[in-house]
Amino acid sequence: MDRLSQRIRSGLIGSALALGLVGITNAGTELTVYTAVEAEDLKKYAARFNEDHPGIKINWVRDSTGIVTAKLLAEKENPRADVIWGLAATSLLLMKGEGMLMPYAPAGLEKLDGKFSDKSSPPSWTGMDAWVAAVCVNTVEADKHNLPTPASWKDLTNPVYQGHLAMPNPNSSGTGFLDVSSWLQIFGEDGGWAFMDQLHENIDHYTHSGSKPCKQAARGEVAIGISFAFRGAKSKAKGAPLEIIIPSEGIGWDMEATAIVKGTKNLDAAKTLVDWSVTEKANQMYNEGYAVIGIQRLAKPVKYFPDNIPEMMIDNDFEWAAQNRRRILAEWQSRYDSKSEPKS
Amino acid sequence: MRLFVVVIAAYLVVALALPLYAMLSKSMLDPDGLFIGLANYVAYFRTPALVYSIKNSLFVGVLTTLITVTIAFLLAYALTRSRMPAKPAFKTIAMIPILVPSLLPGIALIYLFGRQGLINGMLFGHDIYGPIGIIIAEVFFTLPHALIIITTALSIADARLYEAAISLRASRTRIFFTVTIPGVRYGLISAAFVVFTLAVTDFGAPKVIGGDFNVLATDIYKQVIGQQNFSMGAVVSVVLLIPAGLAFLVDRIVQKKQVALLSTRAVALVPSRHRRFDNLMLGYAIIVSVFIVGMISVCQYAALVKFYPYDLSLGFTNYQFDLMDGGGWDSYFNSIEMATYTAVFGTVLVFCGAYLVEKAQGLGVVRGAFQFLAMLPMAVPGLVLGLAYIFFFNSPTNPLNFLYHTMAILVISTITHFYTVSHLTATTALKQMDAQFESVAASLKQPFYRTFFRVTIPVCTPAILDISIYLFVNAMTTVSAVVFLYSPHTTLASVAVLNMDDAGDIAPAAAMGMMIFYTAAGVKILHYLLSRGIEAKTQAWRSAVPT
Repeated sequence: MDRLSQRIRSGLIGSALALGLVGITNAGTELTVYTAVEAEDLKKYAARFNEDHPGIKINWVRDSTGIVTAKLLAEKENPRADVIWGLAATSLLLMKGEGMLMPYAPAGLEKLDGKFSDKSSPPSWTGMDAWVAAVCVNTVEADKHNLPTPASWKDLTNPVYQGHLAMPNPNSSGTGFLDVSSWLQIFGEDGGWAFMDQLHENIDHYTHSGSKPCKQAARGEVAIGISFAFRGAKSKAKGAPLEIIIPSEGIGWDMEATAIVKGTKNLDAAKTLVDWSVTEKANQMYNEGYAVIGIQRLAKPVKYFPDNIPEMMIDNDFEWAAQNRRRILAEWQSRYDSKSEPKS
Repeated sequence: MRLFVVVIAAYLVVALALPLYAMLSKSMLDPDGLFIGLANYVAYFRTPALVYSIKNSLFVGVLTTLITVTIAFLLAYALTRSRMPAKPAFKTIAMIPILVPSLLPGIALIYLFGRQGLINGMLFGHDIYGPIGIIIAEVFFTLPHALIIITTALSIADARLYEAAISLRASRTRIFFTVTIPGVRYGLISAAFVVFTLAVTDFGAPKVIGGDFNVLATDIYKQVIGQQNFSMGAVVSVVLLIPAGLAFLVDRIVQKKQVALLSTRAVALVPSRHRRFDNLMLGYAIIVSVFIVGMISVCQYAALVKFYPYDLSLGFTNYQFDLMDGGGWDSYFNSIEMATYTAVFGTVLVFCGAYLVEKAQGLGVVRGAFQFLAMLPMAVPGLVLGLAYIFFFNSPTNPLNFLYHTMAILVISTITHFYTVSHLTATTALKQMDAQFESVAASLKQPFYRTFFRVTIPVCTPAILDISIYLFVNAMTTVSAVVFLYSPHTTLASVAVLNMDDAGDIAPAAAMGMMIFYTAAGVKILHYLLSRGIEAKTQAWRSAVPT
C-alpha cells in the first residue's frame, strides 16, 4: 500500500508541476517507442541510450511480436508510435508494404553487415541482432524416456519422439512462422510440407508464444521444445537442465530491427535514436544477449550459446517470406490446426 | 430529471450500442476497408479449422453446464435442506472462485495434472491439455454463479407442500421429484444458461490449458493478435454472440414465466434432522471444498517454488514481476486503481440509472430502450466488447478517440461489461420501496433529489455496497474485454497473468494470480464488516416492531 500512496502522491506532484511548467519550457523530448525486446532488457537499453542522449526520454510500449505488430497495424490510420526499436524484420516489411515507415539512412549505416538493413535506398529499417531458431532438449526428461539427442531437423521426425515435442503455432507466433518459412526454404516447398507432415505426428501441442516451448522444456513439461536460442540460453543460465541444439540442415532466423514511423511529430529525436541504434556501443549492448549482431566483427561469444550459429544461419529470403506469409499460414492452418476434435 | 434519463441512456448508446455496430460493420469489410457483404462469413464457414471451434465450444459449454449444475444443485441442497454443521464456512469456500481470474484454475491444473504434475497419475494417461482441462477449469470458475442461483431457488420452498406430500405417504424420492425439482426448475434453467454462457465465452481457461483444442474465444484472440486479421476477428465475434445471445433470450423468457412461489401464507421450510442424510451431505460439502481450496493452495505453492520441478525450495523469486512480461508490479497497482474507479463511478452510474428508470415519469420510449440496453451486456462476451471498442474508439474520425489507450477506456469497458447484474441488483432494491415516498415528497413540495439523498440512498445502502463490491472484484479479475484495450501505461494484473503464462513464465503468473485473489478477498472481508456495521445503522427499521 505504501507504494500506492507514493504513486498517488508523486502523480499529484507531477501534475501540479506539469500545470506550472506547460508553456514555459520544452527541454526534454519524449519518444514513444514500440518494442518486442525482452522485458528484462528494456531498462538497460534506455539507460545506455540516455548515457549519450540524456535529453530524450523513451516511453516503452512492449509486447510480444504478434501483439506489437497487431497494435501498429490497428493504429495505421492514427499512429501512436514515434520509433519501432526491436521488432521482427518480417513485421517491419509488412509495415513497409503498408507505407507506414519513413525511409531513413542512419549515420553509420555502412558499418552494418549487408543483410542487416532493408534493400531499398534509403532503407526503411535497419537490423540490430539476429534471433535464431534452436531446439531445447531437457536432458533429464530425455534420459527418463530414453530419447536420443537429435542432431538435425529430420531427426525430429523419428517416431521415438512422438508426443514429446512442442513448437509455436505460426499463426500466433513470429518464431513459429520463422521455423515454417525456413523449412520451406531448406527442404523446398514440397519437401518442407512433407517434413512438417511427419513432424506433426510427433508434436504434442502447438503454443501461442515462441519462447514457451523452450520454457516448457526447461520445466520438463515437454522433453523437447522448438524455440529460439536466446530463450534457451536464458533458461539454461537459470539452472534448467537444457541442451541447446542447432540442427545440422541450418536454422531459420529473423532480425530485431529499428524503424521510424511515418508521421512522427518528433522526427529529430527519432533520428537521433535510430542513429544511436546502429552505433558500435549499441551493437555491443545487443551482443550481451545475442550472438549475431549487426556489426558482426564486434561480436563476442555469448555464454550458453552454441558458437557455430553464424555459419548455420540459412540465407533467409525475407521478401519472399513476407509476400507469401498469408498463403503459408492458410496452408499450415488447413493442414495442422484442425488436429483436435472433441474427444467424446 | 428527464435530462438525466437521457444522459444515462446516451452513455449506454456510446459505450455499448455504437461499438457493437462498428464491429458488425467491420465484419463485412475486407482488409482494405471495402464493403464485401457476407464474403467474410462465407470464407469463415469454408475454413474447417474455424468451424470445428463452434463444435468444440458447444461441447465444452454443454458438458460444463451438466457437471456444474449437478455439483451446484447437490451443494445447494446440502446448504438448504440438511442440518449439517459449518454451513457458512462451506458457503464462503464455494464463493472463492469468484475472486480469481479464470486463468488461475488452468494454472493449478497444470501443476496437478501436467507432465510434471503432482498427481498426474490420476488422469490414467489422459492429457490435461484440451477439453478435460478446460472443462474442469470452467466447472471451478462457474460453480459459485450456479450455486447462488440454485440456493436462492431452494431456499424459498413452502413447507406446506412437503407436509401435504408426507401426509399422502409419498416416499422421499417421490417428494424429491414431484415437489423439490418442480419448485426449483426455473432456478435450474436459469443456472444452466448462466453457466453455459460463461463457459462458452470464457477465454482464460482455454488459453491456459486448452492446448490445441480451439474454441471460439481463443479463435478471436488468434485472429486478432496472431494474424492481425481484424475482419475475421469480427466475424468470429459475431458467431460467438449467437449462442450467448440465444442463451440469454431463453433465460429471459423463462424468467417471465416464473410466478411467485412464496405467497403470503407460505410457511418457511425448516429441514429436520436425519443423521445419515446430514452426514452424507457433510461429506459431499467437504469433497467440493477440498477441490476448491486444493486448487487455490496449489497455485500458492506454485508461486513460491523456485524452479519447479527441479528446485523445490521456497522463496519469493517469482514475485519479481518487473523482470517479466506483463508490466511488472505497476500492473498490480494499475489494477487496483482501475477497480477502484470502476467501483466508484460504476456504482454511481448504475444506481442513478436504475433510479431514474424506476421513478421517472413519461419518456416511455427512452426508458424502454434503456432497459433493453441495460440487459444487453449480459449477452455480449467480454472479448467481443473489447474488440468492438478498438474499432469504435480508435477510429480517427471518432471525437472520443482521445480515450483510446487511457485508464478511462478500461474503466468504461469494465463498467459496461458488468452493467446488467449491477443494474438488476439496484432495480430489485428500488422496487422494494413504495412509490408513495415520491408522491408524499411531491405533495410536500420537496425536490426529487431530496427524497433521493434522504430516503432512497440510506434504504438502499446494502444494495449499493453490493454493487460496488461486485464491480471491484470483477474489475480485478476480468481479462476478456481489457485484453484488447490496455496500453503500456495501463497494464493490468489479470492481463499480466495471461501474458506471463503465454511467455511460459507460469510460476510468476500463479504468483500474480494469487495477488489478485488476496486483494479481492481482503476487499470482500472489508465489505462484510462494513455492511454489518451499516446494516445495524440504516436497516434497523426492517425489523422494528410497529407501535
